[in-house]
Amino acid sequence: MLTFATEAQEPMTITEQVALKCPQCRAILFQREYQRNLKVCPQCNYHFQLTAYERIQLLVDAASYVEFDADVVSADPLHFVSQSQVYAQKLVSEREKTGLNEAVTTGYATIEGQALALAVMDFRFIGGSMGVGVGEKITRAIEYACSYHLPLVIVSASGGARMQEGLYSLMQMAKTAAALAKLKEAALPYVSLITNPTTGGVTASFAMLGDIILAEPGGLICFAGPRVIEQFMHEKLPPGAVSAEFLFQHGMLDRIVPRHQLRDTLARILRFYSQASSQHRTLQMPTHQNTSSVAAA
Amino acid sequence: MQSWEYDLEFEQPLAQLAREIEALRQEGGRLEHPMRIQKAENELLTRMQEIYSNLSAWQTVQVARHKQRPHASDYLHLIFDDFMELHGDRTFGDDPAIIGGLATFYGQTVLFLGHQKGSGARDQQFRNFGMPHPEGYRKAARLMQMAGTFKFPLISLIDTPGAFPALADEERGQAQAIAANLALMARLPVPIIAVVIGEGGSGGALGISVADRLLMLEHSIYTVAAPEAAASILWRDTAFAPQAAEAMHISAREVLATRIIDGLVPEPVGGAHRNPILAASYLQTALKEHLWDLTQYSPEQLIEMRYQKLRSIGPFDRESQQ
Repeated sequence: MLTFATEAQEPMTITEQVALKCPQCRAILFQREYQRNLKVCPQCNYHFQLTAYERIQLLVDAASYVEFDADVVSADPLHFVSQSQVYAQKLVSEREKTGLNEAVTTGYATIEGQALALAVMDFRFIGGSMGVGVGEKITRAIEYACSYHLPLVIVSASGGARMQEGLYSLMQMAKTAAALAKLKEAALPYVSLITNPTTGGVTASFAMLGDIILAEPGGLICFAGPRVIEQFMHEKLPPGAVSAEFLFQHGMLDRIVPRHQLRDTLARILRFYSQASSQHRTLQMPTHQNTSSVAAA
Repeated sequence: MQSWEYDLEFEQPLAQLAREIEALRQEGGRLEHPMRIQKAENELLTRMQEIYSNLSAWQTVQVARHKQRPHASDYLHLIFDDFMELHGDRTFGDDPAIIGGLATFYGQTVLFLGHQKGSGARDQQFRNFGMPHPEGYRKAARLMQMAGTFKFPLISLIDTPGAFPALADEERGQAQAIAANLALMARLPVPIIAVVIGEGGSGGALGISVADRLLMLEHSIYTVAAPEAAASILWRDTAFAPQAAEAMHISAREVLATRIIDGLVPEPVGGAHRNPILAASYLQTALKEHLWDLTQYSPEQLIEMRYQKLRSIGPFDRESQQ
């Protein structure tokens, strides 16, 4: 059974350590059972957000993940300053706060022994927003998959494009989509796993371009966020609008997969594709074996 | 003097001069004050030149959104010899916020695409103020695929506040429709020229503007988020839209400095709306030069150059991990 190891060196407050409240059904969850249940509420099936490394631990073979481009980060090309923040300082403080360099980690891993290129976003780092750093790392992961003929999995969790990088961040949508188009020409499969929440420019680029698109139950997935829709349209959204289930119902997703089945689902998908690409060999092998066994007989 | 001529706040000094000229004319026109009128007119032109060559980002936003600013259809009819609009995405509907069809450009067939904002209240409503639905992007995709098959170069004019953000658009896959176009345009085996003629609003603009040559009209804007939206998120108040516009460097001149675009297309003094015919001729010249230049490349070269161009967007840093 998968569980998340709590990091021993991190000092935790009493409340964090013992119990927390489910934001959906308000049930009190004990930390141990919460961890054991992969951060899913046992009462109402609410899927709490995972950090990128928790997600990797959940999905791939133990110790198989080799991270690359860990040092690629966004610069501050516009020297962006708003009322409440200086972006250059924000980048530094976010790094300190989260221990992450950027809102995505990319690398190589195996799932049940099957190799793949992997990119996993982390919502904690400036809302998982995509600037040049994120776009560059994801593009490199896609190019790595192209170079080494690997399938690709991207796990999205993002508030969209990072406004502090202006048009540079919008163009990361085109950049990542262009790399994915190349991957497709090379006939390499791409599985997009969309997690709560994924909105804006990330939904409207690589997240929706998967050959297979999966989502966790209950996740918020949309182009315009619910607040934008409500403000702009002056209409109150019905409960459950722009959720994974809503998208599934409208044909935008292949499957909604509960967290504890994700690894298995990905493993099966990778197997389907790898069997297909070696089809010529496997189709010919039985004939070859038959003739040799006949000859032997 | 038309009511729209000097209606923007920073044009008030010009409005004053224009009123003086008007007054002189009414006093007896050129016969009475030939020199004074000439002088005042010259001054008006000089001041206009001065003001328009130093527009702030927010002032550029106002010009880019000016209600008299020429739309895609205006340029379309001034630039191309023949045009036949084609309709529908073959799946759900036809979106009037994006127009597309076959056009003749110097004797050659090209595929034309453009956001269409609409002129006058009724047409604006019909065009949804240039904010496309998913079927608009899918119509564009259908036409782009046709362009790829028959080797029609693609010319795309960008002018939208953004893709339409209603629940019905989410239902029909706004995000998917835009994403699919980004991937499609990246590998389309024909020359693509996209020109921002007014507002380049976010993903809704990008959805038909992945190109070999991306140009902007001198007083247009291209932005990751509408200044109002950015202000409401980062300043928590839409009243800070001017500050957001400045901070995001969205005016054509500032975008040129980022090297994301390949050039500016000049506008007549005081903006395209003062002389749409001249604006169209500048645009026509730019389109012709870039298209002629692109025809020297094979489809494979175009695709590879386009990829490298997208690939190189954005400086990044190296930061060793803690």
